[in-house]
Amino acid sequence: MGFFRNIFGGTSENVAEPRRGSDQRIHRRSTGYHEFVRAIAKPEGQTVLDLGPTSPANIQYITGLGHRAYNEDVLSEGMSPAFVVPGEQEGTTAIDVERFMQENLLQPPETFDAVLLWDICDYLPEPLVKPVIERIRLVTKPKGMLMGFFHTRDAGPEAPYCRYHIRDDQTLELQPVSQLHLQRVFNNRHIENLFHNYSSIKFFLGKDNIREVLIVR
Amino acid sequence: MENFRADVAHIGKSVVIKGELSGSEDLYLDGEVEGNIELRGHSLIVGPNGRVRANVHAKDVVVHGKVDGNIQAKEKVELKKSAVLNGDIFTQRIMIEDGAFFKGAIDIQKPDVKPETKPMAGAVSSATSTSGSSIGGGATGFGGGSQSSLLDRK
Repeated sequence: MGFFRNIFGGTSENVAEPRRGSDQRIHRRSTGYHEFVRAIAKPEGQTVLDLGPTSPANIQYITGLGHRAYNEDVLSEGMSPAFVVPGEQEGTTAIDVERFMQENLLQPPETFDAVLLWDICDYLPEPLVKPVIERIRLVTKPKGMLMGFFHTRDAGPEAPYCRYHIRDDQTLELQPVSQLHLQRVFNNRHIENLFHNYSSIKFFLGKDNIREVLIVR
Repeated sequence: MENFRADVAHIGKSVVIKGELSGSEDLYLDGEVEGNIELRGHSLIVGPNGRVRANVHAKDVVVHGKVDGNIQAKEKVELKKSAVLNGDIFTQRIMIEDGAFFKGAIDIQKPDVKPETKPMAGAVSSATSTSGSSIGGGATGFGGGSQSSLLDRK
């Protein structure tokens, strides 16, 4: 795939840094997001995992619903040089997947009622994607719902990574973060394969070349 | 940044404390503490140089520096933009500035609800990962897997 970038080439552009992003905020309203929010709104007391960078808005919204918010920035951890090891071929590098999974997403099984996956699958180093999705399945309760965003090919390889901030039950604010780039583009079949251990998948195509996917554990 | 206040106890950035730290006055902590911090009824400010590897009990907690451990604050927790927190928060009110790093859970306690006592977060860094209930860890065998193409047909 033309969009794919090998991040293991020793360049520093993907080295994890605190990602505060620009001040620019893009408002986004969509059906998939609205359906997800409606699904998790009640009852109170659910546990919601946000896999994006720490967002005060998201924490405020989730706890405002009476839920327990859990934050873990998996992408930032996945980009950390701490998990980079020498590759099999001289001069290459790889990700220490086993160590990464020993240090991240360590919650007890079936902890979460809902998971905000955002678009991290488009940006995570490839070796981590399947293990992370499988671990998320383990820590999510049966019938728990995930919301993932996937860029379509039309989004282009330079689609910026965005932090997602919940504004209200209809609207998200997207805050572009410049230094991360799209690693791959999933089509529907790829997404179905990625979540083949889950019970159902529902697709929504947004106007901004982002495919929203609601996945039920 | 909080200004120096004469009525607040100060621990400077060159001070390292291992063990139980307790008191009945407000505390500004800019050094390192490993153990437990008990300031029930009083405030703790972790300064920008503060490094805490401890569970914290206080009335209010403000974090500018780094905390590995759970924070239980009777009234309010503030994470400033330079804050790094690996651990869970139990409090009535929370304020998080954009730029703060947080890995853990937030339980907003309603007044007069006694928080459950929990061990330090299972999701903290490996150096402090002591929770027996967490998955992962060296012996469980999760993770691993080959680094084959994600898009391979199943």
